[in-house]
Amino acid sequence: MRYVVALAQLAPRLGEVDANLELAAGWLRRAVGEGAQLTVLPELALTGYLLSDLVPEVAMRADDPRLAELSRLAPGMLVAVGFVEETDDHRFANSAALLRDGEVIGLHRKVYLPTYGLFDEGRFTRPGDRIRTAEVGAPLGRIGLSVCEDFWHASLPMLQAQDGATLLVNLAAGPARAPGSAAGLRAIAGWHRMQDTYALLGTVGVAFCNRVGNEEGLTFWGGSRLLGADGSVLAEGPLYEEALVVGTLETDDLRMQRYQLPLLADERLELVRRELDRVIAERAGLEPPGDEA
Amino acid sequence: MSESEAAPLPELDPAQTIEVIVGFIRSQLAQAGFGRLVVGLSGGVDSATAAFLAARAVDADDLLAVLMPYRTSAPESEADAQLVVDALRCRAERVDITPMVEPMLELIGPEDDSTLRVRRGNVMARQRMIVLYDRSAAFDALVLGTSNKTEALLGYGTLYGDMAAALQPIGDLYKSQLRSVATELGVPERIVAKPPSADLWAGQTDEGELGASYEDLDRVLFALVDRRWTLDRCVAAGLDRSLVEWVARRVARTEFKRQLAPVAKISLRTPGIDHLYPRRRPGSRREG
Repeated sequence: MRYVVALAQLAPRLGEVDANLELAAGWLRRAVGEGAQLTVLPELALTGYLLSDLVPEVAMRADDPRLAELSRLAPGMLVAVGFVEETDDHRFANSAALLRDGEVIGLHRKVYLPTYGLFDEGRFTRPGDRIRTAEVGAPLGRIGLSVCEDFWHASLPMLQAQDGATLLVNLAAGPARAPGSAAGLRAIAGWHRMQDTYALLGTVGVAFCNRVGNEEGLTFWGGSRLLGADGSVLAEGPLYEEALVVGTLETDDLRMQRYQLPLLADERLELVRRELDRVIAERAGLEPPGDEA
Repeated sequence: MSESEAAPLPELDPAQTIEVIVGFIRSQLAQAGFGRLVVGLSGGVDSATAAFLAARAVDADDLLAVLMPYRTSAPESEADAQLVVDALRCRAERVDITPMVEPMLELIGPEDDSTLRVRRGNVMARQRMIVLYDRSAAFDALVLGTSNKTEALLGYGTLYGDMAAALQPIGDLYKSQLRSVATELGVPERIVAKPPSADLWAGQTDEGELGASYEDLDRVLFALVDRRWTLDRCVAAGLDRSLVEWVARRVARTEFKRQLAPVAKISLRTPGIDHLYPRRRPGSRREG
């Protein structure tokens, strides 16, 4: 079955939620025109990235009617969108919501908040503590949401693949460094290698939507990509420019891809867990579990 | 291994760098609610490059170049600045700063006293800042900075003088990288090739004053700052130990020039410490 995915590589306006909701609505309408069944908007698409103390001013709850309204603009479409979430107990998270017809059917709070180099996310938002997948119905079954830096930790997408995801959706706001030079190209190639590897090892599709535009001195690089479960590149966006990047997944291919390359099924989860428990205990200076007897 | 391979200059893709900087300038203007830029043209490659970048971000009519000679400025400097204006067909004004600075320079002391040179130079740089900010108010524009990364790291500039600006388009480009960007932009070759000078007194050149070539300085800065090499590693890679030590000291000594002045923390929430916002946010855009 052909499944059309649109990656809305847009440039949100910093701190302007209303303007960004309008912007997002425009991109969703275009995606409807392209026949998209899933549209991915970038990390913090509704707020912009370098928020600092604007975080409480732009935060919304996951059940905010504005999110529901946005998704109703595209009936039947899955919409993944990044925003600042405020939980019931007033934790502020960098979240991605998966919506359809006004319902939140998936929610991921960024687990890994980069707080080093040019990043200062842990200063202003709190990390999520769940790695889950969302049931979205046929033909995809389950989707694994993640936000930008989450993808730099292989355990997260690989866990989602084990949890049944057939598509990994990563919402990103990646700032460019040394544009065009070998170092800059290496940074982008790093993202590509990582996506290619997850697709290959997880026999899972990858939808990566990275924003563009400028905030303060930062320039976000775009280059959104859609990969098939065999690692093939189905669509790739331009660098730095706004673009609606549209590609088509062939979901019927997955069955034979996973028969031919049964990596997920061969995974030794019990063994991995046992060894992880041991490593965790040893690093904490505790007796390894199972050695007590 | 030759020195250039062991401690290389930072490489750069001029076309993509220009694309990023032009996007940066446009976004800074949009976020601030401005559509125009003012830039001081010295005749050197830094301000010429900044002006050429500005001319890609806004219409020529929305760019005002200001030439601000002092009576001892080299005539070639002004002629080269005029080359830029002619190439860009932007608006231009000439403001002679001589009558503005002379009373202050008299207070400082005699012109032939070389120990007073830096103070005299600072007065000129700050007077030019006053002119640029006044022209920016009159022209309804933002002041475009012309400082490069080499001089920013070495603190080779006047605080609240040539370092003052609303945005710094070339502030992350080393001097030796700037030339390739300038060439790609079409800055006249004569400007790209000539020895850099602040032209604050006759015969002054940057490299003479700093005591090393920009190429050597940039190799050291790239190793120390971007790659975070230790002194020993720099030396092992063939860089001159005394130059590396001098550069490291100078970067540390001029840290204050690259930061806002610290505020004594008294209250519960203090700007710059725990009152942290992006410079441009809802409500900060100038309307109209």
